[in-house]
Amino acid sequence: MTMMKKLYTGAAVVALSTSAVMAQEVEVLHWWTSGGEAAALNVLREDLAGSGIGWTDMPVAGGGGSDAMTVLRARVTAGDAPTAVQMLGFSIQDWAAEGSLANLDALAEEQNWNEVVPEALQAFSTYDGHWVAAPVNVHSTNWVWANTALMEELGIEQPETWEDFVAAMQTAQDAGYTALAHGGQAWQDATVFDSMVMGVGGPEFYQASMIDLDPEALGGAQMVEAFDRMATLRGFVDDNFSGRDWNLASAMVINGEALFQIMGDWAKGEFVNAGQTAGEEFQCFRVPGTEGTVTFNSDQFAMFGVDDEGDQASQLAMATAVMSPEFQIAFNVVKGSAPARTDIDASSFDACGQAAMADLAAAGESGGLFGSMAHGHANPPSIQNAMFDVITAHFNGEYDSATAAEEMVTAVELNQ
Amino acid sequence: MAATDPMLSGGADFRTRLQNWLPKIVLAPSFAVMVLFVYGFIAFTVYLSFTGSRMLPSFDLVGFQNYERLFRVRQWDTAIINLGIFAGLYIVISTIIGLFLAIFLDMKIRGEGLLRPIFLYPMALSFIVTGTAWKWILDPAIGLEVTVQRWGWESFQFDWIKDSDMAIYTIVIAAVWQSSGFVMAMFLAGLRGIDNEILKAAQMDGASNFQMYRRIILPQLRPAFLSAFVILSHLAIKSYDLVVAMTDGGPGTSTWLPALFMYEYTFTRNQMGIGAASAVIMLMTIAAIMVPYLYAELREKN
Repeated sequence: MTMMKKLYTGAAVVALSTSAVMAQEVEVLHWWTSGGEAAALNVLREDLAGSGIGWTDMPVAGGGGSDAMTVLRARVTAGDAPTAVQMLGFSIQDWAAEGSLANLDALAEEQNWNEVVPEALQAFSTYDGHWVAAPVNVHSTNWVWANTALMEELGIEQPETWEDFVAAMQTAQDAGYTALAHGGQAWQDATVFDSMVMGVGGPEFYQASMIDLDPEALGGAQMVEAFDRMATLRGFVDDNFSGRDWNLASAMVINGEALFQIMGDWAKGEFVNAGQTAGEEFQCFRVPGTEGTVTFNSDQFAMFGVDDEGDQASQLAMATAVMSPEFQIAFNVVKGSAPARTDIDASSFDACGQAAMADLAAAGESGGLFGSMAHGHANPPSIQNAMFDVITAHFNGEYDSATAAEEMVTAVELNQ
Repeated sequence: MAATDPMLSGGADFRTRLQNWLPKIVLAPSFAVMVLFVYGFIAFTVYLSFTGSRMLPSFDLVGFQNYERLFRVRQWDTAIINLGIFAGLYIVISTIIGLFLAIFLDMKIRGEGLLRPIFLYPMALSFIVTGTAWKWILDPAIGLEVTVQRWGWESFQFDWIKDSDMAIYTIVIAAVWQSSGFVMAMFLAGLRGIDNEILKAAQMDGASNFQMYRRIILPQLRPAFLSAFVILSHLAIKSYDLVVAMTDGGPGTSTWLPALFMYEYTFTRNQMGIGAASAVIMLMTIAAIMVPYLYAELREKN
């Protein structure tokens, strides 16, 4: 009898402990499937494995994450949300508005997230004053990538003003090079456009037009000038740009076929993979006219609301791991972005990474840190895409600058 | 019908009744599934088009607001105009090429058995494969243009796929390449079905080949024309994958078609209501073509 009883209790204990172990698991939906990104994510996976938390990987290929968001929608509609999801900007707000996300306030309080994360970033990590996501990184999007050898050959100094920038591109074009490597996809056109808006009107105009969606700013003279600058850039792009992927445009700069590319800091990965070093074979500087400001997008892990306590515990463990300085360094060195925390030692980053972190901290202080419209951090997807339509139509010559500015007003009005 | 059956109303035994009901019982599940997943979801889409759905379906009715917005969105105009250009050219050119291929093959030429599958082969490829292949062929930097230039014709230019005014025509080229062989097969079947006696009689009366085709054969091919039109037009209206593979709607938004519009608005722009409204418009367009056709077909049977 006692034998049996012991056996039973033993079995029960085993059963309990296995179920506890089983519950310690996170299912993570993400679209970091390319080599460097997957390696960066592995850092997090191993970190969690160290604390005994399992990792169910749910990768959905597709760079911008729109496929992943479609999968997520299906999962949530079916009542089977993953525990954590990689998300960008307004998607987090949209899901929080649906009431789907978990509350991380207690953890944020304990680890002092309010102090270390820049306010412009918190706007996306929190909803209604509550923390719902853990930011991983800050990609700044107003960078110019330049081929050093070509700059020296053509006698070009790092341009300080918009006029210098145009002159430099003219020199390159006259010498038979492609002045600006660019891929004609809507989001790439919009990435460049962000910098033009910021360059023409500075932070106030960017806030009024891209974030507050003020019709007067959207259709005004400054907007027309921003479009004029886009048209100027169009003149420096080769004829075969339409539909080209951004990394092929980066390759043109790497190979010395093209002088500049305006692109977010993920482009750095292409240069580094090609065996080049920041500050030596390639240069990075802010798009002339946007110095002192940073337009960004930020990858975050949003936590979905779960009932099971074990799942909740592993979510908190994952959020803690994501926010730990060690992970932020390890991940962002690989990914090419800057850490989401401003209190991190920059010594392990390369020249461009250190510049990015310094700019980020400065822009955060001075109020020059803005979410990028092109990357869904300035307005909701419906308006963002409506703007894309206008920008890309203008870039492809369907509208002149004045019409494009008018169309911006209509597009925003229609999609609000 | 069953109720008026004398066998049943006359108190037939269980076996006969079962025999009568068995086909219906067996078909019932698939019928139910079809009603739910085809007509049910059509009804759901129609309902959604009257709601304020954004990211997820919601059920607050907003009247015709989505339709009003839809017709003010410029990309919808682009999509409709493109559909007009694309569907018109695609249907006409595919039909003409298919018809001529069928007529030539019908001349009792040698090697017909070899030629027929060659012409039909493109239909075996998906639109994605066709689109990707044609994207490479038409790309000025790697395809036709640069090849011809390397052969020595330096001034040769063919960069339509990068030109927002001409890009839609490159989609027509690829689609026609894909479908002409299939249209040919339909016409060939029609041609083979024509009674030889009539042709012989016409020949005896001294009709030329051209007259025979014009007066006898083509009029008899009317059903084949009609089927070709119906099949090609619904392929054109639902066309999505070809555009995505070839241009992804670009340059700019110049090659958008309604199906691309619907997907974009519903699934990536969080404007589910407008997307649903565009789907309803597409459905109505297809219905406008199919209903008269079905009506004509069914009436002929009677």
